[in-house]
Amino acid sequence: MEAVKTSEKTTLQVKRFKPSENPTTNFFTEERGLKAWLTTVDHKKIGLMYLGAVAFFFALAGFLAIALRTELWTPAKTFIEADTYNKLFTLHGAMMVFFVLVPSIPAALGNFILPMQLGAKDVAFPRLNLASFYIYLIGAVFTFIALFMGGFDTGWTFYTPYSSDGDSATVIWVTLGVFILGFSSILTSTNFMTTIHKLRAPGITWDKLPLNIWALYATSIIQILATPVLAITILLLSLENIMDIGIFDPAKGGDPVLYQHFFWFYSHPAVYIMIVPGFGIISEVITTFSKKTIFGYWAIALSSLAIAFIGFLVWGHHMFTSGQSPVATTIFSFLTFLVGIPTGIKIFNWVATLYKGSIDMKTPMLYVFIFLFLFSIGGFTGIMLGALSVNIHLHDTYYVVAHFHYVMMGGTLMALLAGLHYWWPKMTGKMYNETLGKVAATLIFIGFNMTFLPQFVMGAQGMPRRYYNYIDQFTPFHQTSTVGSYVLGVAFLIILYYLVKSLMSDEKAPANPWESRGLEWQSTSPPDLHNFDHTPVVINKPYDYHRPMEEFQLGLAVEHNGHGEAHDVDVKETEQENS
Amino acid sequence: MANHSATHPAHVQHHFVDSDQQFESAKMGMWVFLVNEILFFGGLFTAYIVFRAWYPDLFTQAAQELNKLWGGVNTIVLIGSSLTVAMAIRSAQKNQKRGLELNLLFTIILACVFLVIKYFEYEHKLHLGIAPGSFWNPTPEILAELSHPKANIFFSIYYVMTGIHGLHVLVGIGLMIWLYIRARKGHFSSEYYTPVEITGLYWHLVDLIWIFLFPLLYLIE
Repeated sequence: MEAVKTSEKTTLQVKRFKPSENPTTNFFTEERGLKAWLTTVDHKKIGLMYLGAVAFFFALAGFLAIALRTELWTPAKTFIEADTYNKLFTLHGAMMVFFVLVPSIPAALGNFILPMQLGAKDVAFPRLNLASFYIYLIGAVFTFIALFMGGFDTGWTFYTPYSSDGDSATVIWVTLGVFILGFSSILTSTNFMTTIHKLRAPGITWDKLPLNIWALYATSIIQILATPVLAITILLLSLENIMDIGIFDPAKGGDPVLYQHFFWFYSHPAVYIMIVPGFGIISEVITTFSKKTIFGYWAIALSSLAIAFIGFLVWGHHMFTSGQSPVATTIFSFLTFLVGIPTGIKIFNWVATLYKGSIDMKTPMLYVFIFLFLFSIGGFTGIMLGALSVNIHLHDTYYVVAHFHYVMMGGTLMALLAGLHYWWPKMTGKMYNETLGKVAATLIFIGFNMTFLPQFVMGAQGMPRRYYNYIDQFTPFHQTSTVGSYVLGVAFLIILYYLVKSLMSDEKAPANPWESRGLEWQSTSPPDLHNFDHTPVVINKPYDYHRPMEEFQLGLAVEHNGHGEAHDVDVKETEQENS
Repeated sequence: MANHSATHPAHVQHHFVDSDQQFESAKMGMWVFLVNEILFFGGLFTAYIVFRAWYPDLFTQAAQELNKLWGGVNTIVLIGSSLTVAMAIRSAQKNQKRGLELNLLFTIILACVFLVIKYFEYEHKLHLGIAPGSFWNPTPEILAELSHPKANIFFSIYYVMTGIHGLHVLVGIGLMIWLYIRARKGHFSSEYYTPVEITGLYWHLVDLIWIFLFPLLYLIE
């Protein structure tokens, strides 16, 4: 037993605990059966259900992408009609954005990991957490109804008048679906924010928060401030379709540019909702696999908040050609350059973290490197698109398509894959096949660049996005891109194969296979129903790789819960009494 | 953690350490939700500002069709209900079961009065053909007063803003009835009155939004 003194002279009785490598009970075994899963309020089960749903929609939207790429093999019709093509790319975009990218990291991985990194037993509002999952599913049902009624071809942005003068019935269903989905992200972010503020274990002060938590915190701020604006926008659009209220539809006296302002006020911050949680994962993985303290903790933590703030002021860069005033475009262009600074700060700090680290090229780390490479390209091309004169040339071309795939797929999805592999043993208690993991990561890197690098070239040469036909000169680029998308498809199938296979195997993963100092790794794998045997007391910072492992394994003795006394004051250094 | 639940009061959920932590979390969650609500209505206020900046004449002309007297009465009714809900929270804090029940009941009644008045306002407008969007079909007399070609857009904004606000009042009534039933069963005390407190917060926001809606829609000249 050791005594930890706080500055208020109250002494907490603290003891070490080493998580059992092969626990007899965990959150899988304690509440069993389908009903237990469907009615659970456990954040870990909800996170896994989200993960399953996100994977399903990713597979669906990814399949659509491959169909689209196949259609683009030849300049004219290959195998689907033009109308169908329009509907398919709309569905691909809407699903990937609203059903995959927005909930992927926060609602799936975040739900599982956030309370564990805070040493909490659950999120602050577990029932709302479950509700958010069902709301997500209801939103999906609405979208499928729209689909079975014939689909919609408005583009994922639902611009008026595309979305107000066509087939209104399907647009009403899908926009209501997106409206409902918004509630699910609002509930998740409200939960996260409250949990981070109020449910931290004793000793976790703000300077001891893992950077993943800072990233999720910044994401929650953006979600809370931006999602309701999308909600009202999409509600007004539905009303426009239901009863022609005339706010957005030019035919009824409304203003389509107002719609674009409203839409991008959400949807630009939404790209930070998608990427910032990815930044959090990168910070976690990069320190674990270089066995080194993170370089520039506060720079990374605060740059997330800076992105959240500046991200709200740049939406006008989507509308440089929509008839904004020149003054507005200039200001938006300047602010767009500005948002690159906090992102650059992160990249430099991550690279500095690698310096003199003992780098272990496991699969999660491989994805971090892929992320750094692809996301940097995506970021730089974003700055180019933010430049006014260049933007006029590149607006609505494949250059834009390549840019946002480099940041969204090359950024968010690579971070998601890094996090998925990194936390897989924690979440499932099983270890994936490292060799196959590396093979798939390599194929993804090759396939991704084959798919999207040619699109930069095509776009710069004037190939417009969303076109069904194209002129012959673009054929080689399109065909390379299509082959690349097949490589990507194969790589994802390999990932699916070895992840499912690992679930079936009897081999158990150790509690902390990476020797990470993160709090979530101080529990068993898979964790106990309440995450930890003891409410953990946190003394060290989450990336103190220079300290021995056992200093991280501290739990609170039973009679004293530590909250109140030690929650807001620094827990002083451990006094070694009898070691 | 079995060791905690042994000392847990019944109202504290398993994942909270103590009653204070639960209360603070619930309160913070509600404040975050209120920020959401403000941004949600913020979109509508933005639409209002944009259209008013474009068509200032339309707004001053169309606002004359709204009944200032009943709008004013409704404002007083809602402010009154904010007072009673605050008194309900005070009663809960002081363990006054009867006071809590009565104040919740007064709040429910005032909120219903608000909706009844709103119903008659809507009814009168719809009777004159002043309806939102495609149902816009004003009588010739009204059309003579409302010569502006975009008059329907003002009323679209009016119906959407007051309609969504009315929905919030309806949700508030539902919550108050739920609180009333729980208060009758004796669920609340000075130890535990979290639902009363956070529903009160919600109700104040609903009231505040109306305080902005009333002058912006009714009182412009």
